[in-house]
Amino acid sequence: MSAIPAEILAGAERKPHRTSGWWGMIATIATEAALFAYLLFSYGYIAAQAPPPWPPVGAPELKLALPNTLVLLASSVTVWWAERRLSRRGDLRGCRRGFLATLAFGAVFIAVQLLEWHKKSFTPASHVYGSLYFTITGFHMAHVVAGWVMLAAVAWWLASGRAGPARPVPVAVSAVYWHFVDAVWLAVFTTFYLLPRLG
Amino acid sequence: MPRPRLTAIAFVVAVAPVAGIATPLSYLRTYGPAADPITTLGWGLGLIASFVCAIVGVLLLAAIFRSRPEPLDAAGRPVLQRDAGGMQFVYVGVGLSAIVLFAATVWTLITLSAVAAVPNTVAAGIHVVGHQWWWEVRYEGTTRSPGFTTANEIHVPVGAPVRVEVTSPDVIHSFWVPQLGGKLDVVPGQRNVTWLEAAQAGVYQGRCAEYCGLQHAHMALTVVAVPAEQFEAWLAREAADADAQALGALPGAANFEARCAACHTVRGTTAHGIVGPDLTHVATRRTLAAGTLPNDRVNLVRWIAAPQDLKPGCRMPRLGLPADELDRVAAYVERLH
Amino acid sequence: MVAVVGSNELGRRLDAQWERPRGLVGWLATVDHKEIGIRYLVTAFSFLVIGGVEALIMRLQLARPNAALLDPAEYNQLFTMHGVTMIFLYALPILSGFSNYLWPLLLGTRDMAFPRLNAFSYWVFLLSGIFIYVGFVTGHGPDAGWFNYVPYTSRAYDPGPNIDIYALGMVFFGISTTVGAVNFIVSLFKTRAPGMSVNRVPIMVWGTLTASFGNLAAVPAVSLAFLMLWLDRQFGTHFFDVEQNGRPLLWQHLFWMFGHPWVYAIVLPAMGIVSDALPVFCRRPLVGYTAVALSTVATIVLGFGVWLHHMFATGIPPLGLSFFSAASMAIVIPSAVAVFAWIATIWTGRPVRATPFLYFAGFVFLFVVGGVSGFMTAAVPLDWQLTDTYFVVAHIHYVLLGINVFPVLGGIHFWFPKMTGRLMSERLGRWSFWITFTGFNVAFLPMHLTGLLGMPRRIYTYPAGVGWDGLNMLTSIGAFVVALGVLLVVVNVIRSLKSGAIAGPNPWDAPTLEWATSSPPPPYNFLVIPTVASRHPLWENRLDETGERSSTRVGPALDHGREILRTTPLDAEPDGSVHMPEDSLLPLVTALVMLAGFAALLAHHWWLALAAAIGTAICTLVWLTPARPATLGAP
Ligand code: HEA
Ligand code: HEA
Ligand code: HEC
Ligand code: CUA
Ligand SMILES: [Cu+2]
Repeated sequence: MSAIPAEILAGAERKPHRTSGWWGMIATIATEAALFAYLLFSYGYIAAQAPPPWPPVGAPELKLALPNTLVLLASSVTVWWAERRLSRRGDLRGCRRGFLATLAFGAVFIAVQLLEWHKKSFTPASHVYGSLYFTITGFHMAHVVAGWVMLAAVAWWLASGRAGPARPVPVAVSAVYWHFVDAVWLAVFTTFYLLPRLG
Repeated sequence: MPRPRLTAIAFVVAVAPVAGIATPLSYLRTYGPAADPITTLGWGLGLIASFVCAIVGVLLLAAIFRSRPEPLDAAGRPVLQRDAGGMQFVYVGVGLSAIVLFAATVWTLITLSAVAAVPNTVAAGIHVVGHQWWWEVRYEGTTRSPGFTTANEIHVPVGAPVRVEVTSPDVIHSFWVPQLGGKLDVVPGQRNVTWLEAAQAGVYQGRCAEYCGLQHAHMALTVVAVPAEQFEAWLAREAADADAQALGALPGAANFEARCAACHTVRGTTAHGIVGPDLTHVATRRTLAAGTLPNDRVNLVRWIAAPQDLKPGCRMPRLGLPADELDRVAAYVERLH
Repeated sequence: MVAVVGSNELGRRLDAQWERPRGLVGWLATVDHKEIGIRYLVTAFSFLVIGGVEALIMRLQLARPNAALLDPAEYNQLFTMHGVTMIFLYALPILSGFSNYLWPLLLGTRDMAFPRLNAFSYWVFLLSGIFIYVGFVTGHGPDAGWFNYVPYTSRAYDPGPNIDIYALGMVFFGISTTVGAVNFIVSLFKTRAPGMSVNRVPIMVWGTLTASFGNLAAVPAVSLAFLMLWLDRQFGTHFFDVEQNGRPLLWQHLFWMFGHPWVYAIVLPAMGIVSDALPVFCRRPLVGYTAVALSTVATIVLGFGVWLHHMFATGIPPLGLSFFSAASMAIVIPSAVAVFAWIATIWTGRPVRATPFLYFAGFVFLFVVGGVSGFMTAAVPLDWQLTDTYFVVAHIHYVLLGINVFPVLGGIHFWFPKMTGRLMSERLGRWSFWITFTGFNVAFLPMHLTGLLGMPRRIYTYPAGVGWDGLNMLTSIGAFVVALGVLLVVVNVIRSLKSGAIAGPNPWDAPTLEWATSSPPPPYNFLVIPTVASRHPLWENRLDETGERSSTRVGPALDHGREILRTTPLDAEPDGSVHMPEDSLLPLVTALVMLAGFAALLAHHWWLALAAAIGTAICTLVWLTPARPATLGAP
């Protein structure tokens, strides 16, 4: 075992899925996923014991939320595409475009979500439903913002040569985080917007 | 093994339980069907636990001190051995443990079903409200007596189950009378129900068992179990209002009205406060301020004069009564039979 | 590329690459896992002493009935700070200290996967501890017990800043635990020496790994609970507010979903210490490696399914209680596996009764005593009697001191020579063990009985004549004896630092990789990256294991700047070399900015808090931004 082939020792940064950075992000996502599981548990626990009707203000409207969900899903598609352009084709420009599109979608999502908050007739202090609604969507929003900043940073790195075909790890890591943010939204969206319509 | 530890163990194992078994809050011995199955279970599991400790202790000592050939290496250490078996310890130990655990679980579930459900017919229904840091006790009305409110002392008939519902307007407390049954937390926003039954007449001590703030240490209650007729008589006495006329004639009446009525109720008079315990029959109670003091004249005066010295933080303020007024008020309270 | 030990040239080069700069800045900026590990150990041990002194003051108050040394407000802060200090600031961080110091050495590499994150997690731990303690010394310490039940901790009943300090401090502290856990997990999966497949790692690695997984899954629950509490208190949300359909029991669920896995997280690495170090003194490998490793995993997995046993008396329907009761019984099984494996190891071995061995053997006994009282409280109806009495206090001290403090003291004696190059005094060591062990049992064995005689927890005083006086006196005496024992350990450490006998690389003749390098190890740990062929690299020849041999003398040198070898997750096949970051002040700066942020939240300086949040983001960006390729040197 004394001789480890030189090609193994070199070029460690080329395969994102094997790097520490990637694994670190996966572990971070695991703990964040647990966080959202506890948030949704809290929602379920309180909803199950609250006197009807639940939600006290009726099920929230889908007029903004549904299109906004689609926007977020679209942003996942664009970042997936960007990553593939880079990893499969080494296409830096395509990758950058994909990132910019994702950033744009992300910004739209944030704006629409702010608008939706603004239009609510209640506040976090109005009732426990308000507390849950704003805290859980607020937590999600914080993650969207963090993810957005991360994507923006990577876009900058792509532009300045700090990331690129030879150094694809930041792209892969930020993309997987963004997918996670997206997946969490689907859980939050289902819980708040869809489930109350079923019962 | 050094002496002090042996002596301590011997002391604890041999002497203390015998002495302790009769102490007022010990549940090593209990006195009613809501508690006794638990006590049996407790002794059973306690014995199993002690056996496990003893066996492991003996095995450990034997493992350490048993003699064996000790070929030494160059550095004077026993030479290394290859993996020399030993898994049979794990197989046997874990196997036996699993059997014991399974049996213990079954026993636990049987005991649980024996004590968990409140009997269908009960001799009385009581609503206990935990306050920081005293117990409000409301007896539900029956065909024979109207409902009424008292504090810190519960009377029950011997040999009959009593239903106890617990609620709290402030923080979490826990209702516990060790010799009659296990604990039940008193959770705001929740109506928890338990039951007690005293198989033997007597006075049983209880305590708040969940940390509830500054005076969690002084939040005791008393359960008095008496024969059925006596219980009925007690109900009738407690349900009656105070003798407003006789009281009104006392010199302390006006002072009480001025100083105390905002917080305390004396049924039949104009005192309707609800911050503190109902005092209609306070003079008949065994203790003052949720078990903080025995109820006698001296303590009553001390209490009214300086509740914050005796139970710092409690919700009855220092009222600063002048000595003569204090005497008159105490005399008045003493007449609240 | 390949080098052979003995090359001074290589040593000098590596030294230059790995050594931290001298001076204060170098000290603050270092990312060396060994220095960070020792800082963790020293800081956490200081918290043990502080928490212990708090306990001693409590014991003075409780020694006699109706004592008036402390008023209730003081007592409540003391017992709360005692619990908080011991559970959060001592018990996990001390194990993180061992793990930090040891992981790269045990795994045969040169540093953790994320060295800067490692430094960051230490600074956050230290600063969050200070944050909470500043509250305490200014008279605003948390005062509602370590589990902090609402609604007592809502603003209506506890209006001061005490609970806010605790809540914010815990959220802050949680960050340290979380990034620490991520670091351990990634280090394990990516940095082991070639050949160290998962079935060859020391049990302590299993313990820390499972504990880290446990933390990743459990810590968010408590951080969230504290955050929601803080929102309730500051912004009028209603999570726990009964009037508005909030639920007080939601707090308890979240807290114990965290709390129970956590109590295992603070013992599994310690049990790992024993599983690895006890066999050294028995002169044979551990009995049942695979079974013990799997029991570690089983414990943490089952540990997520028993939280309700802390809530047996809250009025939950019996069906739910039965399930959690049975689960709590089942969790005994993996512990039984470990206990019998240790006993078998001693039985079939040839014990050398040195100080660490005494601590480890004592631990086995105390673990069982503590475990079986847990077994009793696991029986629902019996717990209705036992809960919230001193019986539970006895349980927690047997498990916490028995399974955490004793292995830690043993571990200190065991690895002190590695860390300092000097041996501790055996004579003082034996004295300290016997005094601690005796005092501990004098203090806490009678406490079971105190509980059975009905003494509730968390009371600042108690009446005479209910049978508790003598027992409490005994406990107080025992507590001071324990303190004497701990003091002796401290004395021994300080004396041995200066005058202990020189240890050499492997004074105990132990089998794992940390003993293959010098004591104390050089900044780069290993001159060449070792190659591993069995669980006991340094015992192979004498255990006549067949097949390949491990090698600590020949291997890749990796001397182009700070480099470590990356390997595959399960089989540890080489998979590339990685450049490690240089020393940096960024971890400290980031932690300080975050501290400012939490202080601002406490003081309601919202703008400052926002500024700190932005500052944290900037620090993170600076931290993560890769260098331009041009400045990289070799590609
Ligand atoms: C170090 C941490 C630690 C560990 C390892 C444990 C281990 C266990 N604990 Fe403990 N526990 C705490 C820390 C810990 N606990 C703390 C801090 C609290 C209180 C929190 C508070 O309220 O402040 C608590 C409270 C607590 C309660 C709640 C009590 C109450 O408040 O009413 C319960 C109830 O079931 C419980 C059960 C158990 C069980 C079943 C185990 C088992 O894992 C033990 C298993 C081990 C053995 C049993 C010994 C070895 C086994 C054998 C030798 C086999 C043979 C044995 C038998 C056949 C029985 N614990
Ligand atoms: C790892 C955890 C840990 C440890 C080590 C300890 C150690 C001790 N604990 Fe603690 N304890 C807890 C965890 C722990 N405890 C927890 C979680 C609670 C529950 C809190 C709650 O209810 O919220 C608790 C509660 C608790 C209570 C119950 C309080 C109550 O309910 O009212 C008591 C009472 O006796 C107590 C006592 C002690 C004692 C005497 C020690 C002794 O072992 C301490 C021994 C002393 C030392 C280790 C210090 C050494 C001192 C020196 C070396 C002196 C040197 C001096 C200088 C250098 C100046 N503890
Ligand atoms: C501001 C409210 C308040 C006022 C005014 C007040 N009390 Fe109280 N009192 C309380 C509370 C609250 C308690 C329960 C204290 C405890 O046990 O923690 C109490 C307890 C008592 C008790 C003990 C009752 C029992 O069942 O053990 C007596 C007796 C008593 N008060 C008498 C008086 C008298 C006499 C006065 C007037 C001189 C008075 N109180 C004024 C609030 C008040
Ligand atoms: Cu009420 Cu403790
Ligand atoms: Cu538990």
